[in-house]
Amino acid sequence: MSETELVLFLEASVRLGVPLALAAMGETITERSGVINIGLEGSIISGALGGALGALAFGSAGFGVLAGAVAGFVVAAVFAGFCVGLRTDQIITGTAITLGGLGLTGAVYQARFGATGTALSLPTLAPVPIPGLGDIPWIGSALFGQAPTAYFAYALAPVLWYFLFRTAWGLELRAVGEEPHAAQAAGVRVRWVRFWATVFGGALAGVAGAHLALAHAGTFAENMSAGRGFIAIAVVVLGRWNPLFVLLAALLFGAASAFQFLLQALGLDLPYQLFLAFPYLLTLAALAGWVGRSRAPAALALPWPKDR
Amino acid sequence: MPDRAGWASLAVAAGALAVTASIAALLLWLGGYDPARAAAAMWSGAFGSRDAIVSVTLVRSVPFILTGLAVALAFRAGVWNIGAEGQLYAGAIAAAWVGLAGGTLPAWILVPAVLAGAGLAGALWALVPALMKLRLGVGEVITTILMNFVGINLAAYLVHGPLQESRGVFPQTDAIVEAARLPALIPGTRLHVGFALAVVLAALLAGVFRWTRLGFQVRAVGASERAAWVTGRINARAVVLASFLASGALAGLAGGVEVAGLTYALYEGLSPGWGYTAIAVALLAALNPVAVVGTAVLFGALEAGAGAMQREAGIPAVWVIAVEALVILAVLATDQMRRRYVASRRAGPTPDVDGGPTPQARPAHV
Repeated sequence: MSETELVLFLEASVRLGVPLALAAMGETITERSGVINIGLEGSIISGALGGALGALAFGSAGFGVLAGAVAGFVVAAVFAGFCVGLRTDQIITGTAITLGGLGLTGAVYQARFGATGTALSLPTLAPVPIPGLGDIPWIGSALFGQAPTAYFAYALAPVLWYFLFRTAWGLELRAVGEEPHAAQAAGVRVRWVRFWATVFGGALAGVAGAHLALAHAGTFAENMSAGRGFIAIAVVVLGRWNPLFVLLAALLFGAASAFQFLLQALGLDLPYQLFLAFPYLLTLAALAGWVGRSRAPAALALPWPKDR
Repeated sequence: MPDRAGWASLAVAAGALAVTASIAALLLWLGGYDPARAAAAMWSGAFGSRDAIVSVTLVRSVPFILTGLAVALAFRAGVWNIGAEGQLYAGAIAAAWVGLAGGTLPAWILVPAVLAGAGLAGALWALVPALMKLRLGVGEVITTILMNFVGINLAAYLVHGPLQESRGVFPQTDAIVEAARLPALIPGTRLHVGFALAVVLAALLAGVFRWTRLGFQVRAVGASERAAWVTGRINARAVVLASFLASGALAGLAGGVEVAGLTYALYEGLSPGWGYTAIAVALLAALNPVAVVGTAVLFGALEAGAGAMQREAGIPAVWVIAVEALVILAVLATDQMRRRYVASRRAGPTPDVDGGPTPQARPAHV
C-alpha cells in the first residue's frame, strides 16, 4: 500500500465521519434533555434532499446546507410536536418519522426528477484546504483538506461541550434530562427545553444530510442516509453523551465506513455487500463491549409530565 | 362483540384512518395530483376484481399478518423489537437454503423443514439483541435496527455470491425444489396456504394471550416488568427472552412463507420494508392478534393499490411508505386524545389497564 492510498483512506474516513459527527452531536443535546430521537434518520434524509434542492434552486452549495438544516429542523419539529407536545411514545413516533422521511423524500425526488434515479448535477461543497495545517504529512489533508462542514463539526464539539457543562442553560438542559420534576420545581420549562433540544438536533442532522449529498456523493439518491441516523444514536452512547468524545467516536466510525477503500487498496477482494454490513457489525460489537460502562440520562425516553 | 376496550380501540383505529386519508389527500393535492383519481386507482388495484382481491391484496397481506403478529407480541411484552425486517430476511435466507438443498425429499418433510428453518433463523436473529439486552444491558431498539441492516446485506451478499442462480446473471437464487413449495390455497390463484397458516397463528396467539398463564405473564411483564418481578411468581427475564425469540420466529416465518409460497427464490431486496410496515399494522390493531389480520389485509390492499396508483395516476408508489408513517402517527395522536378524554371523565390518575396500542412502561436504558 502506498502513501497516497493511506491518505485517500484517511480523507474518506473524515468525509464519512463528519455527517455521523454532526448528527450524533445534535442527538447528544437532544438526549441530554431526556428525548431520544429515533427519527434522526428522517431528518438526515430530508436534509440530504433539502440540501440538493436548495443548492439547485439558489445555485450555491452554501444555501443548500442552509436548506438542509431547515428540512432537518422541520422534520424534528414534527417529531417533537408528537413526543413533547402530545406525549406520544418516543420510540414508535421516531420510527414513524424515519419511515415518513424516507417515503416522502423518495416521492418528492421521483416526482421532480423521475423514477430512473439520474445523477443530479449539483453545485457541490468543495474541499477548502486550510493553509499550513493542510500540509501536515499523513493527517493534514485528511483533517484539514475537507469541506467547510467538517470544520463546522470540529468547532462545534468544544462549543457544545462548554454549553452543556459550563453554562447555566446547559445545566438546565441536563437537569431536564435527569430529573424533570426537580427541574420544573426550579422553574425550568421542561417541555420548552425538550422541544428546542430536539429541533436543534434535527437541524444538525439536516446539515449532516446536506453534507452527504453535497460534499460526499455529489447527488441525491433515495435511502442514501443508509441507516446513519441509527449509527449516530449508537455513537452518542459510545461517546458517553459528551460532545468531545462523540466527535472522536464518529470519526472512528467514519473510518469503519471507509474501510472498503483501505482493503481494496491492500488488494483484498472481499465482496462489496460484506463491506456494507461492516459498520453495523462494528457498532453492535462496540455497544456490546461498551454500554455497561456508560449511563444514559435518567429520564431518557420517558414522557413528561408523567401523570395522565 | 368487542368489549368496551375493544370499541375504544376500534374508534381509535377509525379516527386514525380518517385523519390519515385526509392528510394524504391534502399532500397529494399539494403535490399537484388528483386525490380522487389516486383513490379510484388504488381501489381498483386492491379490490377491483376477484383476482385483485385474492391474488394481490390477500397475497400481499401474508407477510404483514406474520410480521404484524411478531411486533404485537413483542410490544405486548414490552420488548421494542424494531428488527422484524432483519428477522424476515434471516427466515427467507434459511427457507431458500433448505429449499435448495432439499434434493429429493418428499413434500411432507420438506415443507415443514423449510418453515421450521425460517422460524429458527428468525429467532436466532433475535437472539443477538435479546442476549445483548439481558446479559449486557444494551437496549434493543438500536441493536434490532442494526441487525436489520446486517440481514439485508447478508441476503444481498448471498444472492451475489455463494447462493447466486446457476447462470450467475441475476441477484437471486435458483428456484427452490417443487416439494419445498407451499401449495395453493385456492387453485388457480396465487393465494397459498401461507395465508391460512398466518390466520391460524393469529388465532393461536390470541388464545395464548387470553386463556393461558404464559399469555398473562407476557402481558404482566409488558405492563410493568418490575411489578411482575415483585410478585415473585413471574420470571420476567425468561418471559422477555421467550417473547423476543417468538417474535423473531414469527418474523422469520414471514420471510420463509414468502419464499416458499410466492417467489420460490431469495431475491436481493425481497422485502421493501415490510418489517417496518408491521409496526403500523400492529399499532392500528391495538396489538390485538385477531385485529392484526384485519389491519394486515388493509395494508395489503394499500400495497396492491400503490402499484395501480403509479400506473394509472402517475403517483410514485413510494408514497405508500409515507402513508404508513401517517397511519402510525395518527394512531398515536388519536389514542392520546382518547386517553385524555377518559382521564377528563374520571377523577384522579387513570390506571392504564385497557390496553392502548402503546405500553407506557419503559426501562431506563433505551
